[in-house]
Amino acid sequence: MNKVFSVLALMGCLAFAQRSSPAEFVVEVTRGQDNAVPIAIVPFADPGLADVDVAQVVSNDLARSGRFKAMDRKDMVERPHTGANITYDDWRRLGNDYVVVGLMTAQGADRYDISFELYNVLNHQRLLGFQISANRPGLRLASHQIADMIFDKITGIRGAFATRIAYVSVSGTLPNRSYRLIVADADGENPHVVMQSNEPLMSPAWSPDGQSLAYVSFEHRLPTVYVQYLKTGERHVVSARAGVNQAPAWSPDGKKLALTLSTRDGNLDVYVMDLATDGLTRITDDPAIDTEPQWSKDGQSLYFTSDRAGGPQIYKVGLQPGDRPRRLTFQGNYNARPRISPDESQMAFVTQEEGAYRIAVMDLKGRGDVQVLTKGQFDVSPSYAPNGAMIIYASRDRGRGVLALVTPDGRVQERLASNEGEVQEPAWSPF
Amino acid sequence: MKKIVSIACLFAAAALLAGCPKKATTVEPPSAGSQVPGAGGSTSGSETGSTSTSPLGGDASAQGGGPGGGPNASVGRIIYFDFDKSDIRPEFTGVITGNAQFLAAHPNVKLKLEGNTDERGTREYNIGLGERRAQAVRRALMLQGASENQLTTVSFGAERPAVEGDDEAAWAKNRRVELVYGP
Repeated sequence: MNKVFSVLALMGCLAFAQRSSPAEFVVEVTRGQDNAVPIAIVPFADPGLADVDVAQVVSNDLARSGRFKAMDRKDMVERPHTGANITYDDWRRLGNDYVVVGLMTAQGADRYDISFELYNVLNHQRLLGFQISANRPGLRLASHQIADMIFDKITGIRGAFATRIAYVSVSGTLPNRSYRLIVADADGENPHVVMQSNEPLMSPAWSPDGQSLAYVSFEHRLPTVYVQYLKTGERHVVSARAGVNQAPAWSPDGKKLALTLSTRDGNLDVYVMDLATDGLTRITDDPAIDTEPQWSKDGQSLYFTSDRAGGPQIYKVGLQPGDRPRRLTFQGNYNARPRISPDESQMAFVTQEEGAYRIAVMDLKGRGDVQVLTKGQFDVSPSYAPNGAMIIYASRDRGRGVLALVTPDGRVQERLASNEGEVQEPAWSPF
Repeated sequence: MKKIVSIACLFAAAALLAGCPKKATTVEPPSAGSQVPGAGGSTSGSETGSTSTSPLGGDASAQGGGPGGGPNASVGRIIYFDFDKSDIRPEFTGVITGNAQFLAAHPNVKLKLEGNTDERGTREYNIGLGERRAQAVRRALMLQGASENQLTTVSFGAERPAVEGDDEAAWAKNRRVELVYGP
């Protein structure tokens, strides 16, 4: 499914200045995977007019997954464009298991045909051969789709390189801060400002069809939950009740939102709102802080954070009347903000360890084993890629909010450097 | 000619080898954008976002000019909290008393209690902690004469720090409830 989304440009020069600033995430691999698959993506032959280096985008995507070691093109002694011209012994000698070759041809002023092939260096077998037609603005997307196909072919896992991320960018200095909700490609390119405010923005949440974002805005100096349709920028208020309106979470069928509301005396609880009828169902009824709801894959339960036991812990509750919450986390005094992997085999959350806040995962299928994945002081806001193969989260580096990636087994860690100012609250789109 | 032939062969071979034949996909560019209504970029959104909600303006409440602006400047408007706590420290009982007495004497005056936390922890849970602090102040004010309909609470959690910094000196200044007079 082609997920091309609309650009929402702000009025005024500010928007254009923001869009033109380079924003690609620079990946620093802080911890690589030992058994990464060595692959060479040979620069594609191109007519010289394309402004996207397709092979480089593919190479960067595969490297960023942590599962591939992409060969540096300056080490390539030859640059074939088709299988017939591959000298396999040379590529094997340079340590590659796979090689990708391709070429682009211009079709008129604004269109390209890209063809590529994937070969197994050891047995010379051709594993993939495809042709993609793209117009000039679509070249990056085509590159990500190629990376997806290669990734899927070799790992057996569906690629998520053609997906998007939403995040909040904060700039300016107190008290004059500016908040932007941004949607970008999963590699950080093509950032677009979806919403801007001089008051805080929080908690972006993708609808299951990838067409809308729910978020919390304090633009009236009160929290309001909005749903915004990305193609047009139209949005509507989901909840602007007195008190707290926070933490929107979409049901798997996209028809309901779980969210956090408060009673007059400030008691936060989890509710479910039917988006068609605006009908509200109260799910928790407890004097503790109950918040950060997330749906189970079957839409029949909610995971959430509650401090009913003293400090925040994660619970799961069925949505039938009479269902009682069951506590899931028992290690340490602070476990919060659950996020469920796409196949619900694992839960990512924030845990406090020796005063530091870190990303941890719990095995939901087995005995509930917990593994702490990261080592920072302020690692929060985990979000799974839709193929479950990577987690993006927010961290702090030298006093600045940054985004980072970690594989669900903790083996590969990457920091994403950008010049977007402070960035926080990443949310990975669905496919 | 050769290139076209080899591409065609490639495509044919792909169809054979791949097993599930894929058509050449066509990738369209993102369509042209539109503005977000109410966003900061638009005039109305920007005014709503950037100006203070108090119609008296920030200055009035600071100077205490007129009952709507609150008691005079000698009565504090900020209460600070210990980490992970929402109980009001003894050094702030004067702030409670001063403001409660003022509210009791001016039943038409409204007060907003803005709860905040330091940056540590998860953002949405911090909204809860900020609300808990604002509620603690609300209850204390009501115990000393303010009436329920004069008080509203709002929590900003960790989203509106007063001071930047990743150390206790900054955090201590951010764990606070601000008393903001106005409708």
